Amino acid sequence: MNINLTLIGQSITFIFFVIFCLKYVWPPIMNALEERKTKIADGLAAADKGKHEEELAKKGAAETLRKAKEESAEIISHAQKRASEIIEEAKDAARAEADRLVHAAQAEIEQEANRAREHLRGQVVTLAVAGAEKVLKREIDEKANEDLLKDLVAQL
Amino acid sequence: MASDALTSTDYISHHLQNWTYGLHPQNGWSFAHSAAEAKAMGFWAIHVDTMLWSILLGLAFIFFFHREARKATAGVPSGMQNFVEMVVEFIDTSVRGSFTSKNKLVPPMALTVFVWIFLMNFMDLIPVDWLPWVAGQVGANVFGVDPHHVYFKVVSTTDPNATIGMALTVFALMIFFSIKVKGIGGFVGELTLHPFHSHNMAVQVFLIPFNLFLELVSLISKPISLALRLFGNMYAGEMIFILIAIMFSAGMLLAAVTGLSMDTILGGLLTLGGALLHMGWAIFHILVITLQAFIFMTLTIVYMDMAHSDH
Repeated sequence: MNINLTLIGQSITFIFFVIFCLKYVWPPIMNALEERKTKIADGLAAADKGKHEEELAKKGAAETLRKAKEESAEIISHAQKRASEIIEEAKDAARAEADRLVHAAQAEIEQEANRAREHLRGQVVTLAVAGAEKVLKREIDEKANEDLLKDLVAQL
Repeated sequence: MASDALTSTDYISHHLQNWTYGLHPQNGWSFAHSAAEAKAMGFWAIHVDTMLWSILLGLAFIFFFHREARKATAGVPSGMQNFVEMVVEFIDTSVRGSFTSKNKLVPPMALTVFVWIFLMNFMDLIPVDWLPWVAGQVGANVFGVDPHHVYFKVVSTTDPNATIGMALTVFALMIFFSIKVKGIGGFVGELTLHPFHSHNMAVQVFLIPFNLFLELVSLISKPISLALRLFGNMYAGEMIFILIAIMFSAGMLLAAVTGLSMDTILGGLLTLGGALLHMGWAIFHILVITLQAFIFMTLTIVYMDMAHSDH
């Protein structure tokens, strides 16, 4: 346990190792650690950002969906309204057409009846004239005349 | 058993003797063949085993850490890089915790101190006879010297030269940074104007010697306590390992010499007890060597911090 040169030797060795460590060991390891720290921090920040964006996107999607639903509901109600309108219109048109047809038919019937009446009147006149002629030709024969008039009346 | 006691003493003193190379008054520059010769060399001698092991272990530390530092990436660390980073982070946290100023030297110095001292202490856990026995065999068979004259202490930190050497280096750095940060005036002022301070000039001059005395004591006690704490712990631990080794080698000897008798059982028990004791002490010592390395490192950081801070 003598104190001797070893002491100085140890000091020199110690200083050498410390300097070596200072120059070649500590900096690269610390750099790697720092770099990793920033990398991890960046990664976490990116993950946070991603989450935030996802949330925004979700919100956006929900909004769009809601809007689409509203729109579609509106469109459907529009369509329904329009359909009932069309049906009403069609009903109205059909009713009008029917009325028109009925009126036309009635008019035609009336016309036909008028025509038949005219025709009948013509025939009556003709018959009356013919009856008159016959009456005039056979004035003497009262009995026959009477028969003729009876015939005429029966024909009317 | 008188001869046994003598050999025990020899055994212990042999184990505590360093392998010394130095300038002997009669033999000139040579290896010391005995403790007396080593003593005669005085200051101009070097403990070859201390230097050898401390340099070997220091190189192992540097080689290993440097290899990992070169490969260090910011990506996913693997295998040994994990371990190295863990140690470095641990040191970095310790330094951040106790060192308040900025100095690029302190963290790597703390790392070196911790790992290097830990490795040197760790040699204590290798059974006390293995490496000296190997050295003795090499000495006897390769260099043709009496194995009894081959001294080989493998735990560098049980050599006060090693611990004092390191402590003095830390001390020198302390003073260097004290002067660098506070200037010579600040450094001297720190030594002379505290703890007793007066605004009266005359009283202050009168107080200076007391302050100087107190501050010098506290200043000088720092490297001494630093060195002796490590040395004392490791020396005591080594000593206990040696005593345990004696105990169970004595047991084995007893069993071998006396043959089948009550002594055999006693010898066997001694051996078993010795082995158990050795194991127990070794397990406990794992704590001690780590703790001592940690304390040396922490005190180094704290002393450097004191050197950097103004009162």
